[in-house]
Amino acid sequence: MSSTTAPQAQKVRSAITRRTALKGLAGGAALAAAPGFVPYIQAQSSAPLKLGFQVHRTGIGAAYGRWYDRVTTAAAALINEEGGINGRMIEIVTEDDGTDPKRGAEVVEKLASQHGCDLAFGTLFSHVVMGSSPRAGELKLPYFVVSEGHHVASGKLNRYTLQPGITDVKSQVRAMAPWVSQNLGKKVTMIFPDYAFGHDHRDFFSEAIAAQGGEVIEKIAIPPTESSFTRYFPRIPRDTEVIYHVMVGPGVLTFVKELGEFYGSGARPQIFGFIDSLEAVDIATPGLEFLEGTYFWEGMPRYAPADAPEYETFYRERVGVDANGASVSDSKDISTYAHMFGCWETLHVIKAGMEAAGYQGPDDRVKLIEAVEAMTTMPAGRAHPQGDKVFNGKTHQVFGHQYISQVADAKLSVVHTASIEDGMYPDETDYTAQPF
Amino acid sequence: MSRAVGLHIAVLAGLALAQFTLPEYHHGNLARIMVLAAFASAYNITFGYAGMLSLGHAMFFGAGLYAAGLAAEFGGIAAPGGLVLGVIAGALMAAVVGVLALRTTGVSFMIVTLMFAQAAFLTVLYFGEWTRGDEGFVIASDMRRVLGLDLADPATRYWAAFAVFGAVMLGSLAVARSSFGRVLAAIRENEERTRMLGYDVFRAKLMALAVSGAMAGAAGAAYALLFGYVGATFASIQYSILPLLWVLTGGAATVLGPFLGTLLMFYLIDVSSSFTTAHMMIVGFALIGLILFFPKGILGTLRERVVPWLP
Repeated sequence: MSSTTAPQAQKVRSAITRRTALKGLAGGAALAAAPGFVPYIQAQSSAPLKLGFQVHRTGIGAAYGRWYDRVTTAAAALINEEGGINGRMIEIVTEDDGTDPKRGAEVVEKLASQHGCDLAFGTLFSHVVMGSSPRAGELKLPYFVVSEGHHVASGKLNRYTLQPGITDVKSQVRAMAPWVSQNLGKKVTMIFPDYAFGHDHRDFFSEAIAAQGGEVIEKIAIPPTESSFTRYFPRIPRDTEVIYHVMVGPGVLTFVKELGEFYGSGARPQIFGFIDSLEAVDIATPGLEFLEGTYFWEGMPRYAPADAPEYETFYRERVGVDANGASVSDSKDISTYAHMFGCWETLHVIKAGMEAAGYQGPDDRVKLIEAVEAMTTMPAGRAHPQGDKVFNGKTHQVFGHQYISQVADAKLSVVHTASIEDGMYPDETDYTAQPF
Repeated sequence: MSRAVGLHIAVLAGLALAQFTLPEYHHGNLARIMVLAAFASAYNITFGYAGMLSLGHAMFFGAGLYAAGLAAEFGGIAAPGGLVLGVIAGALMAAVVGVLALRTTGVSFMIVTLMFAQAAFLTVLYFGEWTRGDEGFVIASDMRRVLGLDLADPATRYWAAFAVFGAVMLGSLAVARSSFGRVLAAIRENEERTRMLGYDVFRAKLMALAVSGAMAGAAGAAYALLFGYVGATFASIQYSILPLLWVLTGGAATVLGPFLGTLLMFYLIDVSSSFTTAHMMIVGFALIGLILFFPKGILGTLRERVVPWLP
């Protein structure tokens, strides 16, 4: 049995049960007999489109999930204010996946089979994407992830899984290498968590910096159970010019504090990190003083630039974030600004895709996928406030600008904007060759 | 046929009939629940019948999961072979861990199994180049086929889950009704007296752990092959605690208790998480209620009060 016949078998199984048949007969007879049959059909076609939102409301991803939720709500409100999609309002159906891959797969099933959603979107953590994507593919449910993992572009997933709203880690890391090698140094020591996220950084950056004539002279993997880091720092070679760190989780404050104590007020290498470490964390938090003068990758600048374009200001207002990257209602509630735009942009890609496909309902899911695959450039604007994008329909992955910011006066200030081309790499798969 | 055997066959018949009547969402859920219930039944052999409180069963489930997943990913071994490897991996790991851990009892056994499980979990992360660590990997669809049938197909998946659960449940029933099962119960009730009566307690406990490991390995392999994903989460401490909760809910040392507990806890979380982020608090309240009104789990308490013949 080919993969294209499986869904037919599934349909037949669900369609021919006695209960369904009886229900269908009874419902059909009642409808045919009822007055106003035609208006009923029209009401159905104008019913809201149901977009299933798989969110990390609990578990390790909850801080991200809270902001993904807010941004999604804001984007949906805007889309509805502007007339919805194909003349229909959108309804966000939210389910918490607990940042757990098993629950993630169950949530995808729930969104597809119980809520009858047209699609699912919004997943961030890579292991949840990996756990959920097979089920989305089996259910023939378009699955738009906002994860920044390389899993989509690597070809590990399936034709129903796309990432059109946020760049992937491989692209981000590659885009950093030219600037790091030209401005900070060529001899790099990497400090990273000893699991897949850290390994991705290790492998992608090692390759990228080598292409720039640089070299990773030491790779320090920190076990995930580690709570103190001082004993690892003596492994940093004396000739290190740049320390590249991607520590995440609750240990990051200790990591920064202990790194500061290790170097004291003496000379230190340049320090470059990924803001993933400090998303939802105030840079002015006591203990983070050592970060002053260091550099970070940002997917989207947390602190509003002085020359921010109109669409960036508009987006910031709509998602309720102030110029310092905090909630307008609570200055201590720091956003996950470098990532959360992905939900906003993904919803706008879904809107554009549904409109291009003339989407009316689940029968048009394949048309929706094909419409998104056909997308190429996405100009910066209210739909894409992070900046211009280039979408690769073959790999289902979007590419965009990346930002490098320096910590100055406990704030982040953009010092470099990497071009889209800096982050591009050869295709590793072609999902369009896969059957639906 | 005894009442006990008849009841268990009736439950299996009901599950078989559910394949044709359940709505799509619950149909998929029940397939998943049966696989997880097989895991809980495996735990029940160790905890319920032999009285060994293990906090390390995630490593047996994970052994089966990774045996099937890695065999498919790197060895090109498809579903049936993966399932067999999963059973062997679970049994072997349980036997090896058992030889060392069974030198301890009670709280010490709990801590030692927890430590072994944590070491196994960290091993999965350490060999991330092959396991993809926390992120895990997806099993290719052509590896998820049995006799030309696609395990991703809902009906095939359901029957496969049914077969795994049915085998484990009937295996548990056989253990419960066997002289081996009675020896395990005797060890649980009074280990010293059992030893004094001439039974080889260490051997019986090791065998119980190996049987339990084989069943947990089967469940892990089935999960990987039926749902197409292998990840370190399934080897984490959480998956050592979950079967304990399922068994306590349904009734320790009852054959059907693990299934009932898994079913109830699954839907409790499924329904409550749609309404509140505090769904684990609801689970907590449910467990408190359980302790107050069903101190031996639902079926354990029913057996004590209403149906004494329930195995």
